[in-house]
Amino acid sequence: MTDLKRTCLHGMHLALGAKMVPFAGYEMPVQYPMGVMGEHLHTRAKAGLFDVSHMGQVILGARDAALALEALVPVDVAGLPEGRQRYGLFTNEAGGILDDLMIANRGDHLFLVVNAACKAQDIAHLQAHLDGVEPVSDRALLALQGPAAEAALARLVPGVATMRFMDVATRHWDGAELWISRSGYTGEDGFEISLPEGRAEAFAQALLAMDEVAPIGLGARDSLRLEAGLCLYGHDIDTETSPIEAGLAWAIQKLRRRGGAREGGFPGAARILRELAEGPSRLRVGLRPETRAPMREGTVLFATADAAEPVGHVTSGAFGPTIEAPMSMGYLPAALAQPGTPIWGEVRGKRLAAQVCPLPFRPATYRK
Amino acid sequence: MKFTEEHEWLRIEGDLIVVGITEHAAEQLGDVVFVELPELETQVARGDEVSVIESVKAASDILAPVDGEIVAVNEALGDNPGLVNEDPMGEAWFFKMKIDDLSVLDEFMSEDEYKDFIA
Repeated sequence: MTDLKRTCLHGMHLALGAKMVPFAGYEMPVQYPMGVMGEHLHTRAKAGLFDVSHMGQVILGARDAALALEALVPVDVAGLPEGRQRYGLFTNEAGGILDDLMIANRGDHLFLVVNAACKAQDIAHLQAHLDGVEPVSDRALLALQGPAAEAALARLVPGVATMRFMDVATRHWDGAELWISRSGYTGEDGFEISLPEGRAEAFAQALLAMDEVAPIGLGARDSLRLEAGLCLYGHDIDTETSPIEAGLAWAIQKLRRRGGAREGGFPGAARILRELAEGPSRLRVGLRPETRAPMREGTVLFATADAAEPVGHVTSGAFGPTIEAPMSMGYLPAALAQPGTPIWGEVRGKRLAAQVCPLPFRPATYRK
Repeated sequence: MKFTEEHEWLRIEGDLIVVGITEHAAEQLGDVVFVELPELETQVARGDEVSVIESVKAASDILAPVDGEIVAVNEALGDNPGLVNEDPMGEAWFFKMKIDDLSVLDEFMSEDEYKDFIA
């Protein structure tokens, strides 16, 4: 794994006994000795600490950054209050998705967090359209997720308990400046914390010293986000899927829709606003297989047990440790997307029955 | 007990052989969430994919180690696939096979040889 980049917590992962794998150009922990299932359940019961320093952190410092960014995302950025964060999408001219991201208003600048695999492309895209784009290369990013996250973080950083879901704030720990948001990628209450690389290991160790906090790898991060019905870029959403097909219309505020004060004006607006008004031809759905056999990514879906032509495919699939059942997400024609619709997935040459189900598989526990 | 390069163990039980996966294999797979067992009373050939293990990470095939007939399957794995992680070399056997000639087992590795193989 010599060509792979490492995060500043690499040594800590090895010392914790992590199994490292290549991911988005980085050598990252996929699991620790607790194992994927144990780590997943620990995060839902107590608190899990994730190193997500491979993700891209970007500051937009120009005075008109919010309006300028609106030319790239179908989101109300200018109306995002200071101290708040919002989910967003970079769209392309065809109405597909280039990446999904978090946008925070931190007063005199916007702070973006983008996917690791897309960050070089996202930064180039931003720089081609905006002034004052500053990639952040000297800060780590940690996520602390789970019902005990608030109590654990409050021991180091008093006052975080008053933050609501999607609030952002600057706090200090032992002289280090923390950029904290109350958000995550697990469906749990929790926090994401950007901090100077040089202080990240000490901060992580201070959290891991607490009984309720355990390190969690990418394996459990994936099963946690899938139970929460959250999209993984490059799998559930990509340049071929529109935000409306993906069920992400909620991320497009009324102001950017037809009749809104700042209607359209983002790449792919014609298709996206038409699909919003008329409905898309296919939709992202949840699927619950009837047996315990998971229907994994790529599983081809059929409307009947003996239909010749497929109607869609699975984009993410795994076993859900909390729901104690297999779960999948995929795309189906709108007519087959109603919860309760029977669907068959072809697994190892056999058609296995499944049912379309509502997302998420497990309700989120955010502190709104 | 004998061991294959596919990380299966074979144990002689009367005129049958019992087949499971090794502790090393179970560790590599991670938490097992589903086991698809072979069909009873089927004739299988060495190398046939007769069973599937789904772990939290991926699906893996279990191959028939020798030619023979599947005469028993471990139904307990259907209800409790986690048994594969808890006791891979004991309670979590996968299936039993009837074979013509037990001497075909001679070519497989001993425990010491297997330990060297995975070292």
